[in-house]
Parts: sequence; C-alpha cells; structure tokens
Amino acid sequence: MSWLTDLLAEYGEDMAKSLGETGYMMFVSLLAAVLIGLPLGMTVYLTERGGIAENRIVNTIANLYINVVRSFPFLLLVVFLIPFTRMVMGTSFGTQAATLPLCFVAVAIYARLTEQILREIPPGIPLVARALGATVPEAVFRMLLPEARSGLVYALTSAAISLLSYSTVLGVVGGGGIGDFAMRYGYQVYNDSLMYLTIVVIIVCVLAIQAIGHRTSVRLDHR
Amino acid sequence: MATAPSTIVEFRSITKRFRPGTADPAALDDVTLSIRRGEIFGIVGESGAGKSTLLEMVSGLTTPTSGTVTVDGTDVSSLDAGGLRTLRHGIGTVFQGVHLLSNSTVRDNVALPLRLSRRGGEKRLNRHEQKDAVDEMLAFVGLTHRADHFPAQLSGGERQRVGLARALVTRPALLLCDEPTSSLDASTTGDVLRVLSDAREKLGTTVIVITHDLDVVKVLCDRAALLEKGRLREVFPITRTAAERTLPSYHEQVKRELMS
Repeated sequence: MSWLTDLLAEYGEDMAKSLGETGYMMFVSLLAAVLIGLPLGMTVYLTERGGIAENRIVNTIANLYINVVRSFPFLLLVVFLIPFTRMVMGTSFGTQAATLPLCFVAVAIYARLTEQILREIPPGIPLVARALGATVPEAVFRMLLPEARSGLVYALTSAAISLLSYSTVLGVVGGGGIGDFAMRYGYQVYNDSLMYLTIVVIIVCVLAIQAIGHRTSVRLDHR
Repeated sequence: MATAPSTIVEFRSITKRFRPGTADPAALDDVTLSIRRGEIFGIVGESGAGKSTLLEMVSGLTTPTSGTVTVDGTDVSSLDAGGLRTLRHGIGTVFQGVHLLSNSTVRDNVALPLRLSRRGGEKRLNRHEQKDAVDEMLAFVGLTHRADHFPAQLSGGERQRVGLARALVTRPALLLCDEPTSSLDASTTGDVLRVLSDAREKLGTTVIVITHDLDVVKVLCDRAALLEKGRLREVFPITRTAAERTLPSYHEQVKRELMS
C-alpha cells in the first residue's frame, strides 16, 4: 500500500483542492436547480393545456428555455456562454465563472425532471384542488409538492450525478474540479495510478450521492 | 315563509356540447331539474348518459353550452374566479377515485379544506377550531382510530369515508358524490351510505349522488332522475318501508339475483 500513501503524500493536497472545487460547483448549481429549475418545471406543468393555470405563452417560453439549453452539447454551451459569463462575472475563467454555465444546465435538467415527476401525480389531485376552491399557490404548496416530494428528491439525486459528470468538462475554462484533476494527470501526465485513484474517488462520490438520495426519497414516500 | 321545500340547485334547459358546431350528439340535451334543500337526490343512467357532466356544472368545473345552473339562487356562470372559489368552499365533493393525498395522514387530508384561504365574508377557523372540526368529522365517519395512518394503509371503504370526511369537514350545505360506492363491496357500501344518510339527518346536508347501483338509490335517495343519452327521461319519487332502509346483505343480493 506504500504506493497509495506516496501518491496521497504527493498529490493529496491538490486532489483535496480539486474536490473542494467540484463541491463548490455542485452546491451552487444544485441550489440554482432547486431555486429556479423546480419553479420552472412547476410552471411548465401548471401552464400546460388543461393544467390548473393554463397559459400557452408562458408554457411555450418555459419549454423553449429547457429545450434549447438541453440541446447544446455541454462543452459547446460553455464556450458559447463565455461572453455572457465575462459580462456577468467579470471574468470567464476560474471555478466561480465556470459554475455559471453549469447552473444553466442544472436549471434546465431539473426543470424537466420536475415536470416529469409532477406528471406522475394522479390527475385526480389537481381536480380535487379545483373542486375545493384552492388557489394555485395553495394547490402547489399544500397538494402538489407534498405529493411529489419523494420523486423530486430522487430526481435531484439524478441531477446531482449528471452535474458531477458535466463539471468535468469545465477544465477547459479553468473551472478545475476532480474531473479536471483526473484528466490532467491521467491524460496529460500519464500518471495512470493517480488517474485510477481519482476515478475511484469519483465513483465513491456518486455512490454516496445515490445512497443519500435514495434513503431520503424512500423516507418521504408514504404511497 | 312558505313550508314548500326550497330549491338549492336548479338546472334550467342545460345543453352541453363538447364540440359545438359538429354533428357530435349533445352530452346533455335540454335538461331542466330542481334539487330541493335537504333531500338526497340520485342521478342514474348508463355510462355516457351525462351524469358526471351534470354534476360538475354545479361547482362550475364544467360550463354548460347553453342554459343556466343556479346554486342558492346564484347563477354559477356569472361568477368570476374568486366567486367560483367561494362557491366551491361551500360545496363538498366526493369523487369515484377518492383522490386522497398519499403523503399526508388521514387527519391532514381531512383538514385540507379548512386550511385553504377564505375570501371576504367567509370565516376561517383557527388552528384549535380546525383540530376540533377534524376530530369531530373523523368520529362522524367512524375513523378516529385511523387519524394518524396514511391512505395506503386503509381499506377501500375507509379511504372513501376519509373522502367523505374531507368533503363534509367544512359543513357544506351541499354534497356532490360521483359513484361513491362503485369500487366497494356490499358491507363497506353500507358504511358509506350510513355516512351519507347521517350527513342529511345530523348536518342537514343536501346530497346529490350519481350511482349506477339501484339498491343504493332505493336505500338512500328521496328522488332519483334517470338520464338517457343526455336527456332527462324521468324523475322518480322513492318510497320505502323501514326494512328497505338498509342495504340487503350480500347473501340476500346473491340469492335474489340467482334464485329469481
């Protein structure tokens, strides 16, 4: 096992820094997913034809955003957004700047997942909301979100794992992160054992995210 | 005032076409009908006769193509979104599929209508009064012991009674039931019918119930309308002896159907 301790002694600090960068990018983009993506997905669901707040224009615009962002290959989106990132963040380089395109994708992915989860709610629930004389916010907060919460948590787990994967691309704009770390040492320096170790670390991260998400989701589900 | 029973719901020349201008037959065709305050009124008819459509018009969930529906003297089609909400706060609805919130306890499901915001002139109970109202209603439908269970833990008949408790917890003057017993067997149907009949006796609720089960009509209703392909065929007054006030047991039903 001495090769492992040697590796960690030499690269451990660098790897921890990369993990921290990944953690930062994922935290911010997941926050965007929940704060913007979830309401956006809810909006699509509510405003579609026959929905409790049917509105064709809003529905079309919300759908358009989701579809356009999701149709970009991620690397291309990152490059495409460079001028915008520079405008907003003052720079297009570094971890913070790289988080912006990741947020765009996080919002689009989670909005679509949210819409799908909401569609699985039996149509009787929105019908009851109407028959009880509930307002749209009441229907959302008292009926739809409690019904969908377990699915929403599970979908957030999926989104987090996708985002971890997307974040590896952000090395091209100096975003850093654990994926970039593996690429640098594995592809550019040919340090195979370090690359394998890093991949194991990533796998452990994914397993941990999945386990936490699954447990939370099951606990919230009384169906 | 006169002793004549007052009208709570009135359908006047109701016609409903889902695709106006086409050759599609009308879902409802010139239906005129009055429901009296305090009665239990049955609507029977084959599938597609327009029963559910007619019932949905009472709370404005569906609008007639022509004709008017009045509830307590108010023309439902004249109400704006806020007015419709107020109307619906005063009407209990029980659905065929019940549609309870699966992640909420029985208690929270029943409390739901009480927690919705009220508009000007409507009274909203405080937290303490809400709890009392829920407890009272759970006792009324005989589910006090199930208060902290989730819907998935209940039987079909119990779920339907939770649906009734949810519909009745605001003490509505009017209760609409769409096939409340269609998925239940004879004994649990009896439980649900007892709650409906108690609602009228003890809470003074007017009940409109859609059913295809004529035994239910015979046991429960004061009058029943037969709809046939969207037209009102006949309104039957129902008389029954004391013995006919309870549903025949499953044994008796089987015997009657198979031996006659």
